[in-house]
Amino acid sequence: MSPNNSNQSALPKYRTIIIAVALIVGIPLGIQACNQASTRDEGRRVIQIRQPSENISGQEVAVLTQAPNVPPPITRNHPTRVIVNLDVVEKTVRLADSVEYAAWTFGGSVPGNFIRVREGDLVELHMKNEASSTMPHNIDLHGVTGPGGGAKISLTLPGHESVFTFSAMNPGLFVYHCAMSPVPMHIANGMYGMILVEPKEGLPKVDKEFYVMQSEFYTKGKYGAHGLQTLDMDKGVDERPTYVVFNGGVGAVTGDGALKAKVGDRIRMFVGNAGPNLTSSFHVIGQIFENVYGEGGSTNAEHNVQTTLIPSGGSAVVEFGATVPGDFILVDHAIFRAFNKGTLGILTVTGPENKKIIESIQSGVAAPPAK
Amino acid sequence: MNVAGTALSLGALSVLLAGMVHVPAGDYLPIRGMGGQRMHVAAFEMDAHAVTRGDYLAFVKTHAEWQRGKVDPKHADATYLAEWRGALEPGDAMDLRHPVTSVSWFAASAYCEAQGKRLPTTDEWEYVAAASDVSRDASQDQLFQSRLLGMYASRSTSAIAPIGRGFRNVYGIEGLHGSTWEWTRDFKPAEMTNCAGAAMGASDATNYPALLREAFRSALTERSTARMLGFRCAANAPA
Ligand SMILES: [Cu+2]
Repeated sequence: MSPNNSNQSALPKYRTIIIAVALIVGIPLGIQACNQASTRDEGRRVIQIRQPSENISGQEVAVLTQAPNVPPPITRNHPTRVIVNLDVVEKTVRLADSVEYAAWTFGGSVPGNFIRVREGDLVELHMKNEASSTMPHNIDLHGVTGPGGGAKISLTLPGHESVFTFSAMNPGLFVYHCAMSPVPMHIANGMYGMILVEPKEGLPKVDKEFYVMQSEFYTKGKYGAHGLQTLDMDKGVDERPTYVVFNGGVGAVTGDGALKAKVGDRIRMFVGNAGPNLTSSFHVIGQIFENVYGEGGSTNAEHNVQTTLIPSGGSAVVEFGATVPGDFILVDHAIFRAFNKGTLGILTVTGPENKKIIESIQSGVAAPPAK
Repeated sequence: MNVAGTALSLGALSVLLAGMVHVPAGDYLPIRGMGGQRMHVAAFEMDAHAVTRGDYLAFVKTHAEWQRGKVDPKHADATYLAEWRGALEPGDAMDLRHPVTSVSWFAASAYCEAQGKRLPTTDEWEYVAAASDVSRDASQDQLFQSRLLGMYASRSTSAIAPIGRGFRNVYGIEGLHGSTWEWTRDFKPAEMTNCAGAAMGASDATNYPALLREAFRSALTERSTARMLGFRCAANAPA
């Protein structure tokens, strides 16, 4: 280790800390931290062969929520056994005004219930497929380590129930979805949601948390065509969605469904993209994201971000402060989708104006040509 | 039905006589397992309609070991005939005309055997299911495939239609796609197909109706019962 020590004096102080951390982490794993690797890139880390928690204590039933609500932060400081009761329900949902869709859902809504657990928890997932269902279903959680993300062991006929456990070893915001064949049909029909695995140390406290999930619908009828719609497979294969929406329907995040905050609130959005085809260019008009934890990861944030990419089957955590009042519009900045396919939501911020931040001097006054 | 009509085809005549339809030999493209080769299917007989609750009631009256409450749990799971009001009460007169559902593979096999028949093989069932109302092989007919998807999507366990009202294909076989899924003799696919990998090895990844049927079968065991799972019988063609 002497070469490390001799180099250290020349390095900035934070690098010393990183080396120290690397050594602390590395030594128990029997890995010799290399000086070059540990100083070159603070985002780089050795691959861990993760292990489940050894000291699971207690048991609790997870609080599940429908979008845009998020279950409360976890205050526990130890891993526990968390029971998640997620029912599969085939039901007709509202896709737009006078437009319904024969959907398949997790928990009776599109997107499905939001699940929140803590890193290290042992999750006991009960998936009941209602007797009234017409199809078998299963679940692939991207937060699960194991074949199919749980799909294989959760295959469930109508009127039956599957139970399996998994260790939530990686923190992050993960998409889950049905993976029954033909998978695109099960996803296109609404079978997706998100699970947040909070890091052990928890997330910084904020004032408002929201659950927003983008997805596409491929319907036999044109955009806005009234009545009950079902999947148009050709449009799906061609990746030509009829609708691209937040939280399951056109206008779901507007009007009564609009997200609400006050000036001074620190806001965190858990944003997912179920696809099944498109990548989202997620943007909030009139806001700059203070922090974006891209790809749903929990450690490294980008700052001062205008638009963040969210891949199909991926997520991002975006955070910002509400500084001035007004309506702030959530869009997929692939803007035809927002304008013509429904990818619009509203965050309404109330509270005092701050003219030092934005002020109108004159608005649209006729400007005669210069002489 | 106009029995006196001279335009009756031989197929339709056999419907009238025995409740079964003669299906001539031919071939079809299985969704999996043949490396893109077509599968030959020998001629056989198939019930024109799904087995009804009324038919099944007659069976359990003479075969008491298949009554709800008496059935061996090794042969049917806990939802066996769950919709019936009682062991010998399938419901009202209308219900008697509905396809019987919530029966296990063991039960369906025993029923067919009692009639001197058997369950159709998956190949037989799928061979017949590939037919539209005008063609014996409509697997490449996109409009028909889309129509089938629509039929599957509009299914409802609360509105299972009585037999006779469903889609009738070119063989004169009715209700294969309308109300319920159906048991086959060798229902379990060779490979499990419940993951994204289901597209791998599929002979036609755009044949969603066939993939859905395969997926349903892949979720079954011999004991399984479900509200939307019924059956019909088949028999070898007379030699
Ligand atoms: Cu599903």
